[in-house]
Amino acid sequence: MEFIAPSLNYAQLAPILIVLAGALAGVLIEAFAPRASRYSSQLFIALFSLVASFAALIRVRTQTSVDAAMGSVAFDGVGVLLQGSILVIAVLSIFLIADQESFTALAASVPGSEEERDAVQSDLRVTEVFPLTLFAVAGMLLFPVASDLITLFVALEVLSLPLYLMAGLSRRRRLASQEAALKYFLLGAFSSAFFLLGIAYLFGYSGSITLAGIQASVVGGAGNDVFLLLGIAFISIGLLFKVGAVPFHAWSPDVYQGAPTAITGFMAAATKVAAFGAILRIFYVAIANAEWQWRPAMVIIAIITMVFGSVVAIAQRDVKRMLAYSSIAHAGFLLAGVIALSKTGLEASIFYLFAYGVATVGAFGIVTLVRDASGEVGDLNRWSGLGKRSPLLASAFAFFLLAFAGIPLTSGFIGKFSIFSAAYESGSTSILIAGVLSSAVAAFFYIRVIVLMFFKDPVEDGTSVVIPSALTTITITVSAVLTLILGIYPAPLIDFIATTATFIR
Amino acid sequence: MNALTTMMLLPILGTLLLAVIPSDQVLRIKQAALATTLLVAISGVLAWVNFDSADTSFQFVQSVKWIPSFGINYAVGVDGLSLVLILMSVLLAPIVVLAGWKESEGGRWSAKVFYMLILVLETMMIGVFAATDVFLFYVIFEAMLIPVYFLIGGYGSGDRAAAAVKFLLYSLFGGLLMLASIIGLYVISGANGGHTFDINKLSELHNYMSPTTQNLLFLGFFIAFAIKAPLWPLHTWLPDAASSATPGTSVLLLGVLDKVGTFGMIRFCLTLFPDASKTFTPLIITLAVISIIYGAFLAIGATDIKRLIAYTSISHFGFITMGIFAMTTQGHSGATLYMFNHGFSTAALFIVAGWMTARRGSSTIADFGGLQRVTPVMAWSFFIAGMSSLALPGLSSFVSEFLVLVGTFTRYPVAAVIATFGIVLAALYILIPVQKALHGPTTPGNENLPDLNLREKIAIAPVMAIIIALGFYPSPLLNVINPASAHVLEVQGFSDPTPSEGAGK
Repeated sequence: MEFIAPSLNYAQLAPILIVLAGALAGVLIEAFAPRASRYSSQLFIALFSLVASFAALIRVRTQTSVDAAMGSVAFDGVGVLLQGSILVIAVLSIFLIADQESFTALAASVPGSEEERDAVQSDLRVTEVFPLTLFAVAGMLLFPVASDLITLFVALEVLSLPLYLMAGLSRRRRLASQEAALKYFLLGAFSSAFFLLGIAYLFGYSGSITLAGIQASVVGGAGNDVFLLLGIAFISIGLLFKVGAVPFHAWSPDVYQGAPTAITGFMAAATKVAAFGAILRIFYVAIANAEWQWRPAMVIIAIITMVFGSVVAIAQRDVKRMLAYSSIAHAGFLLAGVIALSKTGLEASIFYLFAYGVATVGAFGIVTLVRDASGEVGDLNRWSGLGKRSPLLASAFAFFLLAFAGIPLTSGFIGKFSIFSAAYESGSTSILIAGVLSSAVAAFFYIRVIVLMFFKDPVEDGTSVVIPSALTTITITVSAVLTLILGIYPAPLIDFIATTATFIR
Repeated sequence: MNALTTMMLLPILGTLLLAVIPSDQVLRIKQAALATTLLVAISGVLAWVNFDSADTSFQFVQSVKWIPSFGINYAVGVDGLSLVLILMSVLLAPIVVLAGWKESEGGRWSAKVFYMLILVLETMMIGVFAATDVFLFYVIFEAMLIPVYFLIGGYGSGDRAAAAVKFLLYSLFGGLLMLASIIGLYVISGANGGHTFDINKLSELHNYMSPTTQNLLFLGFFIAFAIKAPLWPLHTWLPDAASSATPGTSVLLLGVLDKVGTFGMIRFCLTLFPDASKTFTPLIITLAVISIIYGAFLAIGATDIKRLIAYTSISHFGFITMGIFAMTTQGHSGATLYMFNHGFSTAALFIVAGWMTARRGSSTIADFGGLQRVTPVMAWSFFIAGMSSLALPGLSSFVSEFLVLVGTFTRYPVAAVIATFGIVLAALYILIPVQKALHGPTTPGNENLPDLNLREKIAIAPVMAIIIALGFYPSPLLNVINPASAHVLEVQGFSDPTPSEGAGK
């Protein structure tokens, strides 16, 4: 058998490769650089590779091809938009991660052990979080452009494995954090298995692992439909797990709460973009013609996800758990864009993903700042009176919540409007009604937090807002400004998405 | 520059001006706020003078592309109906600022925030009536909840936070139902000649809708407006909000914001869905009559003076809604004039009641008594306002109430007859508190209450002048209103049941 050397288009792969190279450089720094210089060099490398990757992405933004890596990666408008979104969110998240207060001193130490105390006293830092983040980002960049199922699976694992580790790095409540990491890992492994099984079935159905090949088989209609159905079902389970759709959401509240908040923000925003990117590509490109097979089920899942997320969020007393359930509800709204299965649905989904991701990073950035002597304060009751103590920060958080609730003049409203109208345009009246009603329910718990912050008196139990570091300030400010601009004048971005967002097969 | 846009920009500029004044210079802040609102009022009067009442199309129109890919424009323009309501809003604003000179003190936040919220609200009050783009209308409709929410929750009295939340949740719920209808309209417009939110184009869309669709879309709009207006049984938020808010906020809430509901019924429900309006008319007339009688009974039983005024408003909004859905030109003209008059008579009642409450330190009616002797000017002001509220001939409300009843009688005699009992009940609910509070022996503790000072006299004088002047000579307003009312009915094919004289000359 002859070995064919792969021909790669390095320019188009550059955004992914640069981030991977940055990650590898980070590993080398961990291994060889003296401890004192690690933090600053890691931060520099992480930021530099993300920015360089973004620059490389801009350079190749108009080139579309399916041949960049022997047909296993498709670079097209949708890919550029999603990769760009992921990079913007990653940069914002890195600023939060750079505030190392919330990370453990030594991840390998047993919680409560002598070793841990020593590590804390000698001011050790988990600088390995930077290369881990970069690995995850590289996986995320690959995930929405992968155009064959094997690449898709590799990307899924590359983005997931670092996240499992990062979830366990919290400085305080380490056991809860490690439990979250383990839970995430175990359930994630299960969902990967389902995903793999789905790949096998789709291969059995079509004899091809490329999305284009599967699409050809669906159009041809010659294969065994049972395999197709099983394949779609299993692959969907794997993907819906990643976005936290009901009934595959059980991990997300625990992981959101247990993980270090900066990581939660990164995970909530960037993973969602990457995973929905992959969902959009698979459903729009590979199995769009089998819509009668998957659409009814997806409609039901979307409705359950919206309603469940909104209703259960009401009962939450912890800010991170509340945001977790809110993100479940948003996953439901985003599924509306998948179900729409139209150009407008695609554009709306991309806008929504970007807007939601940016607001999420900003909101979690604020959560990292509300602390007492033993770390971050998650209990919402202790957030009362925050508006009195630090009006600016509380206003920013209220603004993000209003964006999540979809109040006009925030990006959330434009996103909600466009995604619901796309869903309704494609005939899903039930999605529109369920979406609007669950938005009304969701408004209740967002507003309750605003009431707590502004209309209740402060509690005197040591809860305070720490002065944010310059980097955290940048993240929160940029997120808030973007959320406002996209709410008031979204036309440029919407037009850009409209002209760019096309799939190539 | 466009007159309406200028009027909307002025308060924004005022807000920016306030933002740079240090918050401890309270007097300077108040002066700046008053000057801004006066300037807006003057430009409002100028717009009224320049308005050509013979022309029934929108005037002072301006349209700028906002989000072109969704067909959304920043489009403003006024006809007789919206001009009258804008005029009312901008005249009330300086009165509210001047009358409630000390309202901002003792709130949760500084006076600066109070006046910034008021000015932002003023921009939105103008915009909500001026918008001729349904999307723009919706954005302002929802966004204006936020300043009101903070005005009630931050500066009110009693259980202000709960009242603010109740107000916001009710309104958001209605707003989201309306959003569903707006998305429905948007999609239907896309299927019939391209996406648009232009009110003129949308008003032709009903020809392309099935009756079921039209009914559902109508309900989405109507429920939102019925919550806002408020119509029984969706009124329960109003008494809490009005009694917790500061008097000035209550004036804006009942006088202006609630008018958005009745305005919306004419502008959107009737214009966009004429057939559905006809279908639902019997139901709505019934609800309106119930509101008239029920509100009146609640008012008779009220012991708190602010709640009393809120209940009278429920009764009055019943009259307005009845006049609108009677679908006669007299009913319409009466309803529109009623909106204007109700704004001023309620403003007078709330402002004077606010002064009485502030002086006495209690808002219970039984705590007043003999004010006629102690504070004659204040007592007379309350008396005249009360007489206007019960529609005494010679005062402004009489003209409008009479027109509404006549207009309704020609089509729905039974409803009109029952509603007439509302007038009798009005005499009760006004005269009982007048007797208790103003006449009779002076209640101990009231002997030394100070009468109105110069500032307060200046504030109440224009309100009294308008109430009396329009009672004798309503033509200047009716000349603007009548052609607009006739136009609304004519365009959508409603006609008066019997030939009638030109209304209310």
